[in-house]
Amino acid sequence: MGAEFGIGASVKRKEDFRFVTGRGNYLDDINRPGQAYGYFVRSPYAHAKIAGIDAKKASKMPGVVRVLTGADLEADKIGGLICGWNVKSKDGTDTRMPKHPALASDTVRYVGDAIALVVAETYAQARDAAEAVKVKYDVLPAQIDVSKADKKGAAIVHADVRRNMAYDWEIGDKKATDAAFAKAAHVAKLDLVNNRVAPNAMEPRAAIGEYSASDDSFTLYTTSQNPHVARLVLSAFVQIAPEHKLRVVSPDMGGGFGSKIFIYPDETAVIWAAKKVGRPVKWTSDRAEAFQTDCHGRDHVTHVELALDQGGKFLGLRVSTKANMGAYLSTFASCVPSYLYGTLLQGQYTTGAIHCEVKAVFTHTTPVDAVRGAGRPEATYVIERIIDVAARDLKIDPADLRRRNMIQPNAFPYQTQVALQYDSGNYPAALTKALEIADYKGFAQRRDEAKRRGKLRGIGLSSYIEACGIAPSAVVGALGCGVGLYEGATVRMNPTGSAIVYIGSHSHGQGHETTFSQVVHERLGVPFEQIEIVHGDTGKIPFGMGTYGSRSIAVGGVALQNAVDKLIEKGRKIAAHKLEVAESDIQFKDGTYSVVGTDKKTSFAEVTFAAYVPHNYPAGLEPGMEATAFYDPANFTFPAGTHVCEVEVDPDTGGVEVVKWSACDDFGRIINPMIVEGQVHGGIAHGIGQALLEGCVYDKSGQLLTASYMDYAMPRADNFPTIKVDTIQTPCPHNALGVKGCGEAGAIAAPPAVVNAIANALNVKHVEMPATAERVWQALNA
Amino acid sequence: MYEFDYHKAKNVKDAVAIAKKQDEAKYLAGGMSLVPPMKLRLAKPGNLIDLNEVGELAGIKVDGKTVAVGAMTRHESVAESKDVKKAIPALAKLAGGIGDPQVRHRGTIGGSLANSDPAACYPTAVLGLGATIETDQRKIAADDFFTGLFETALKEGELITKVVFPVPDKACYIKFPNPASRFSIVGVFVSKKGNEVRCVVTGAGPCVFRVKGIEDALKKDFSPKAIENYKHPASGLNSDIHGSAEYRAHLITVLAKRAVAGAE
Ligand SMILES: Cc1cc2nc3c(=O)[nH]c(=O)nc-3n(C[C@H](O)[C@H](O)[C@H](O)COP(=O)(O)OP(=O)(O)OC[C@H]3O[C@@H](n4cnc5c(N)ncnc54)[C@H](O)[C@@H]3O)c2cc1C
Repeated sequence: MGAEFGIGASVKRKEDFRFVTGRGNYLDDINRPGQAYGYFVRSPYAHAKIAGIDAKKASKMPGVVRVLTGADLEADKIGGLICGWNVKSKDGTDTRMPKHPALASDTVRYVGDAIALVVAETYAQARDAAEAVKVKYDVLPAQIDVSKADKKGAAIVHADVRRNMAYDWEIGDKKATDAAFAKAAHVAKLDLVNNRVAPNAMEPRAAIGEYSASDDSFTLYTTSQNPHVARLVLSAFVQIAPEHKLRVVSPDMGGGFGSKIFIYPDETAVIWAAKKVGRPVKWTSDRAEAFQTDCHGRDHVTHVELALDQGGKFLGLRVSTKANMGAYLSTFASCVPSYLYGTLLQGQYTTGAIHCEVKAVFTHTTPVDAVRGAGRPEATYVIERIIDVAARDLKIDPADLRRRNMIQPNAFPYQTQVALQYDSGNYPAALTKALEIADYKGFAQRRDEAKRRGKLRGIGLSSYIEACGIAPSAVVGALGCGVGLYEGATVRMNPTGSAIVYIGSHSHGQGHETTFSQVVHERLGVPFEQIEIVHGDTGKIPFGMGTYGSRSIAVGGVALQNAVDKLIEKGRKIAAHKLEVAESDIQFKDGTYSVVGTDKKTSFAEVTFAAYVPHNYPAGLEPGMEATAFYDPANFTFPAGTHVCEVEVDPDTGGVEVVKWSACDDFGRIINPMIVEGQVHGGIAHGIGQALLEGCVYDKSGQLLTASYMDYAMPRADNFPTIKVDTIQTPCPHNALGVKGCGEAGAIAAPPAVVNAIANALNVKHVEMPATAERVWQALNA
Repeated sequence: MYEFDYHKAKNVKDAVAIAKKQDEAKYLAGGMSLVPPMKLRLAKPGNLIDLNEVGELAGIKVDGKTVAVGAMTRHESVAESKDVKKAIPALAKLAGGIGDPQVRHRGTIGGSLANSDPAACYPTAVLGLGATIETDQRKIAADDFFTGLFETALKEGELITKVVFPVPDKACYIKFPNPASRFSIVGVFVSKKGNEVRCVVTGAGPCVFRVKGIEDALKKDFSPKAIENYKHPASGLNSDIHGSAEYRAHLITVLAKRAVAGAE
């Protein structure tokens, strides 16, 4: 359809006007009649027995409606929170999933663990009263260091989990890998840490629970990337109410980055409390709570070895990782360092044998789960770092070493050593283009010029791959996932030709209202501004799995496309009737049905009108123009590309400046290049943040030292150079749109590119992330 | 935030009188340092005395020898002042490098000095130029003003009215910012006026301090080379997640050299 608003056009985002003019409808903008406010009493200790809770004084304070504790939860038989993925250990045993009550009643396991919910007339009153709740703690030793969490003498997080081990998992072929190493000409080795990050969505988490006695139903307004999953968990496991009596609404949302996938204690307590107090209860996290209770990401300690032959071919890869789960298993925590990590270790390369083992361990820290990229940044960091170490050992140009080992464009579908089957791609082409954009050849000159200015300039590459569009339900089901990962979309035409799309994908900054409108406009010709995208309300949308893992376009978008196709087929019957020809004579193009070889035609809008005013209508055909499609992908999608980072290091201070960024990504077909570029920029910013600035730091007792922006460094505009990105497009062969997904790419690609550049600038083997000025200075002076 | 009583002061006398009368009273200037800990419930003043409408406290006066800055003058006004830029460019630059535009439009010099944050910028200029802090009661020499971590020579209820900076021959402030807060991990201010040289460090100790070793070397030869081999002892310096004492000690020399080179 119209090039201006169709697929491939950089349409300006239709949602932005309301966002930038302050008219978004975020959770805290919502207030319900009679609403009370909740404030949580949280543990100040990382590990303690709760010897007693005295809420007498607090209950009598001004405005206090009720103080609720874990004992009340138990009395009401409200279940604990769950982890939805059972990752089996090497020995076949299940993931240890210890109890996770929404309010702790006997033991607290991290600083921020919720103990009581105070409900009062105002937020300030609730907070005042929360301070008056007296909790008696018997403080116990805390296990903070992940590398020692499974060792003898470690403080035990859950009495029923031996050695704090949630699972001890492996993937790949150990024997084949050992054999590969045995014949290696060279083995590169590295120990590295993937630093723990806080998700830092601009809008903090929030929830309003509401109970209607008249029909015994609940409504939960919550910041959720997947409202139906929240409903499912709160119904089936927590037992708040059956699904048909629970509506979950997730309106405009200021970012998620994964942290709003999970079902947390907070909204669980709030929805339960609403019925107990007979009033809507609102809770909005403040920033300190967000740092302490939003699930963190990454936090791996890894040893990696790469075996190479004489010619620099990768023979084998051996990876051993300890992954920090924090104090409880969050909703999808278990799959992140396993099926979203180990399965990606093939990278873009033909490595002959791979073996990876992961020990997932509990510590007395905030739970760790998916953050933008989830597992794939960790895998990419391991691969792309060890390749640079090997290149340095063998004095081979890192771009050349990558190229020598890349899977060739004619090798697809490519079966990896670690379960996945890559569907399509052209890795050498993306590498070539990225190097061109980066003027890789001219680097030596830039390095010399920087040297004259007293700066050490370095260049680093990262050729990443990710598995997006998660996921084929049968595959994830076989791997222990408790849910399917399809998506649902409904397109409802209105009699006058406008369209409303109801979709399970959830937009929290990604621009879905624009992108999905382009998909509909392209096929049906409905004017762009007459398409409404509705998401985030289980009372309206078809059952959907939500947004994460760069799946919105690759799964939700395809469901939408399939629903559109159903409408076109129905319309064909109506058009044939109207134009008095056989269906097979009708062709549909650019929103118009026409009779092949004639000038007889009718528009989709006219056909739609006929469907709602069926005066002259095919016999036996239902009126109405509405279709729903559920789409379960046949495979993951595999975006890939190469990013090139250049840094300049000030040798006197160790300060690092990213001075140049060039990238070529392959996201398959692109619906809106501007939005895609924005997603890539955001991802790169996220990744540079992790590489240079961000990191959660706990002290030995388990206090989070980086619980505010005074100490947790977020990247800002002046941390970035102008980012130059381009794409190649190898369409995804197994979905109707040919799309792959782009939301996480930058965050996956960037960290190793930055660290490779720094290592190159300093001519050292490794610098840990975040590569702060002091760390870099230490590395230079080691 | 806990409850407190709010008082709007009309003039200096009024402000001081209210402070005398009320318990747990705090002056409210830009609120940039005072209000955040109140919001986090880490500070609980019973009374706030708002200085924002005390006109006599704001403004800049420059004559041939001094730059006088009223306590309620915003960082942005100092940064943008043509007169300050001409008389003490280092002072204008320092003010222009504090926080972000929002902070600079609210924050004041009086608030910054009274607060004496261990990593604050303004105190380096005050000590580094040998300024005089004037209060409702007296004049305090910079060398006597900063006494410790968030501690100054100010007495209970004493109000800073202005700060008088002597104009140096040249001066410069170099800040190595903490990537999170963008306060200084270490900041160094150097100045030269006739034979007098001052070198002041922020971020590395409980409050700003002078570095005699550097000052002595620069007195002989005001050049980066003169302090090239100066090694500041790490012992006693701040050590935290943003920088070890050794690193901070190292930065003192690096930044002092740059400040000398950049002095104007
Ligand atoms: C995001 C952010 C970044 C910042 N970055 C920097 C930085 O890079 N460098 C830096 O130096 N500072 C920085 N600051 C601090 C900033 O400069 C503050 O403005 C300053 O420290 C306090 O000034 P204020 O006017 O806001 O004082 P207030 O917060 O109002 O008061 C601070 C204290 O001073 C007292 N006080 C105020 N005025 C007087 C007076 N006239 N007499 C006696 N006592 C008084 C108050 O009672 C209070 O105890 C930053 C602040 C923020 C919020």
